[in-house]
Amino acid sequence: MPNLLEIAGRETLSQLDYIGSLNIQLWDTLRGMRAALPLVGNRHRWHAAVHQMLDIGVDALPMVALLAMCSGFILAMQGASELRRFGALHFVIDLVAVGFTRELGPLLTAIAVSGRSGSAFAAEIGTMKVTEEIDALKVMAFEPVEFVLAPKYLAALVAVPCLSIAANFFGILAGGFFMFFSTHLGFLLYFRYVLSSIVLRDVFAGLLKSLAFATIIAHVGCLEGLRVRGGPDAVGRSTTSAVVRSTFMVIVADAVFTAIFYFMGGT
Amino acid sequence: MPIIAVRDVVVEYDGRRVLDGLNLDIEPGQITVLLGGSGSGKSTLLRQILGLERPKSGSISIQGTDITRCSQADLKKVRRSIGVAFQSAALFNSLSLQDNVALTLREHTALAPSIIDLIVWMKLAVVGLAEFGKLHPQELSGGMKKRAAVARALAMDPEILVLDEPSAGLDPIVAAELDELILFLKETFQITALVVTHELQSAFRIADRIAMLFNGKLLAVGSKEEIRANEHPRVRQFLNRVPDSPVHTPALASYLGRYVQMQEVNHDH
Repeated sequence: MPNLLEIAGRETLSQLDYIGSLNIQLWDTLRGMRAALPLVGNRHRWHAAVHQMLDIGVDALPMVALLAMCSGFILAMQGASELRRFGALHFVIDLVAVGFTRELGPLLTAIAVSGRSGSAFAAEIGTMKVTEEIDALKVMAFEPVEFVLAPKYLAALVAVPCLSIAANFFGILAGGFFMFFSTHLGFLLYFRYVLSSIVLRDVFAGLLKSLAFATIIAHVGCLEGLRVRGGPDAVGRSTTSAVVRSTFMVIVADAVFTAIFYFMGGT
Repeated sequence: MPIIAVRDVVVEYDGRRVLDGLNLDIEPGQITVLLGGSGSGKSTLLRQILGLERPKSGSISIQGTDITRCSQADLKKVRRSIGVAFQSAALFNSLSLQDNVALTLREHTALAPSIIDLIVWMKLAVVGLAEFGKLHPQELSGGMKKRAAVARALAMDPEILVLDEPSAGLDPIVAAELDELILFLKETFQITALVVTHELQSAFRIADRIAMLFNGKLLAVGSKEEIRANEHPRVRQFLNRVPDSPVHTPALASYLGRYVQMQEVNHDH
């Protein structure tokens, strides 16, 4: 029976191996990214990227909007039940506005996208691996990283921040509904309060986070797909682990980012 | 001069030797058939020749370029002169048949779209799929997929055509059609073909040279007649389809006896 130290060591090594592969893949993709850019790159890759953007972004919009509305209501109601006791109901506006732009908008989006698109990346690339399509790409003198990964990463980098902004908007809108029905605060006034409570820094912090989340989701999804060995059952396992790992890493990254912003700005 | 020269190639997976100092020359304008049973290392050799994996030692040169040591750019250049049809066809499922064939032409050449359409139509016509160009791979039968894969492999007019198990999983009629197609390609385009298979009939129909692989080594290389006359016991076994360990009751009984013994030993401890 292997002892505890042995298991811990092996686990650590395999996790380090995973992080290492992720970094190598990120670097390779960044180098292959030029081909996916419009005008300077290859127009086929750009077309593929636009296609992916619609897939990741537009198709997820209804779901993300609903998710953000619900979370907005939850946040407002939970906040209100406490704040009402201090007669500080108007702080609900700050709570929702700041909470969404800095935190909930990007996080909710990332979780939705990792469930929808991270798993899709893993399944698509895993299937390509099983059916030898990745090998076919290589022998046809294509770079799989440039052909498959770069458009997906570029699309995620564009679509996820856009979705985050949408999530922010819908979350704050839900807060507005709550305030209207509970205190008859007009929407125009509500949005004026919202704009005065958030600063540009909050928005940028949120967008920076969502860029990081997009990176994590796209690369974990693609790496899980590329690591598929064997048959269709391996594809299934890779999609599961893509969602689990990327959601986990998104939340860890969020904690790190929030800590950095907290200690840097003190806000 | 051989168009593909494999020299002393050794490949190991986790310490297990899959290819053991293998040497093979493939002459231009000939159909070379790589014959061997499951696990003989033929797929591994193929992956080596395509540059998908690098050997532990030894070299593989294709048209004078050593692909085990050259740069990525040179490898790409070599790959443009090789057309590959994979065992599972490996057509891109998101693209229609004609887009599959047109992919390399669109991306690696500066040809006008109308010319590319014409070339694609010609390649599909060669394999008898000209009117199916609009279909997607999942709408095709197994035999059509294999033929489509050949059409895609031919897109860039390669000097070398590599076919991995072209007749695996096909009925005899379709398999025979593919054999005729390969012979037709050789006669019409003077193409060099490397065909990996374990089907004896197909191998003896199309081959100019046959290389027999067993346990990571070449048992015999030669023309059809030379292989038929070869006296090596493994070659004879393969050609005469003699099973390795015939299933018979005494053997099963002895296995059972050993199993019971083992159980008892475990029980005692």
